[in-house]
Amino acid sequence: MVSGLHIQYYFVCHRKLWLYAKNIQLEEGHERVQTGKILHERAYKNSEEKELAVDNIKIDAIDGEYVREVKVTSKMTKADKWQLLFYLYELKKRGLNKKGLISYTKEKRTEEVVLTEKDEEELDKIKESIQEIMEQSYPPGVIHSPICTKCAYYDFCYAEEGEE
Amino acid sequence: MNKDYYIFKSGRMRRKNNTFYFIDKEENKKSLPVHQMENIYVFGKVDFNTDFLNMLTQHNVRIHFYNYYGFYNGTYYPRSRQVSGFTVVNQSNHYLNEVKRQYLAKQFVSSSAFHMLRNLRNHKNYDEVASIMESMQSHLDLLDNVQRIPEIMGVEGTIRQLYYASFNYILPAEFAFDERTKRPPKDPLNAIISFGNSICYTTVLTEIYKTHLDPTVSFLHEPSTKRFSLSLDIAEIFKPLLVDAVIFALLNRKQIKTSDFEYLEDMVILNDSGKKKFIKEWNGKLETTIKHRRLKRNVSYKYFIRLECYKLIKHFIGDQQYKPLKAWW
Repeated sequence: MVSGLHIQYYFVCHRKLWLYAKNIQLEEGHERVQTGKILHERAYKNSEEKELAVDNIKIDAIDGEYVREVKVTSKMTKADKWQLLFYLYELKKRGLNKKGLISYTKEKRTEEVVLTEKDEEELDKIKESIQEIMEQSYPPGVIHSPICTKCAYYDFCYAEEGEE
Repeated sequence: MNKDYYIFKSGRMRRKNNTFYFIDKEENKKSLPVHQMENIYVFGKVDFNTDFLNMLTQHNVRIHFYNYYGFYNGTYYPRSRQVSGFTVVNQSNHYLNEVKRQYLAKQFVSSSAFHMLRNLRNHKNYDEVASIMESMQSHLDLLDNVQRIPEIMGVEGTIRQLYYASFNYILPAEFAFDERTKRPPKDPLNAIISFGNSICYTTVLTEIYKTHLDPTVSFLHEPSTKRFSLSLDIAEIFKPLLVDAVIFALLNRKQIKTSDFEYLEDMVILNDSGKKKFIKEWNGKLETTIKHRRLKRNVSYKYFIRLECYKLIKHFIGDQQYKPLKAWW
């Protein structure tokens, strides 16, 4: 079943998505992942509801008519936006109509996210391609992007014998 | 920065609130920083209870036990957190498929031989060493022509025997030896090699456990119920690169002398001062860094072991064919 993290990874790197889906997880102990964890623990002291976990969705917090997500930096805006849209869509299917708010702590900025019909169609397509990627027998190749060096999988992807 | 702790004395391990204490026979209490620990190596006689083990599990600390003679007894492993059935199934497939298994077995042997030859490269000026190296190389060339695992093992055995024969030319005279004797070691050189190899084995095992590999499924060595044999496979690469380099340094710098050994009736072992000297040099070696060509940053020798594990996973899941480390520096 597709989860919010799958949506994230789909926009970040298909290889990461595949490895994660095969339980080859390397986030444990990675510095940036730790920062994110601590941020989540601290962020929702004041909202009425913390965490909501139903089936494949795990939402940080619901605050009135808003679903809230908090992120360290705005570097992954597209992935963050679709992850939140995915949650809104899943909630809608369960009869809950909400809007979303993403807070970027470093930039002290908050963005509103509203789910449209077009987004819903797009999400159906995204979920289908995620399924396809996860069913591949071999991992997709390394994307060699500037974001690689910050990724928990960097050492794994680049562990190889280089030529002289 | 995670550190390893070594206990040579006898005494008790106690947990009080959130702290570890080691209390020796004279009731000296020493607190150990559990948050920064990765491994505890126990060489002495130590009492402890399940509270203590629970705390090790909580903090993901391994504890390795050695007997009086410095031989490895076993390890308490906190339940592993890295589990990937997909990886283990594919790892096993590379064992069950004879051709795939032979490929990996040969990679371990060729990297091991490469590092043995590398250790001798600075001693080529001795005619005897040069001719041993030639002979090692010609046996290594045979690897392309053999297929079956026992034959691959045979090539490895011959190369290693030749390699050990060269030690008499490059080490101080008081450490001369006739042959490699393991159970038990009959002379000081054999004693230090055995001790070093067993430390290397647990270091490799620790790194394997941080990944998704199954330590019991091996390729060059037959998977057996007795040992984590994958760690023997990977240790082949690192024994000459790390253990032998440490031994050469300690003996040639005369840091370890014949007085650092204990001479028993039918065997020789490192005494506590010898073990301590070895471990100090060993840890220094593990922390030494080399600029990695692909990661583009400095990487410790210890981390090179982890990278070897990652390369094996990549091989198993059909991502990238495994090429073993061949130290290029």
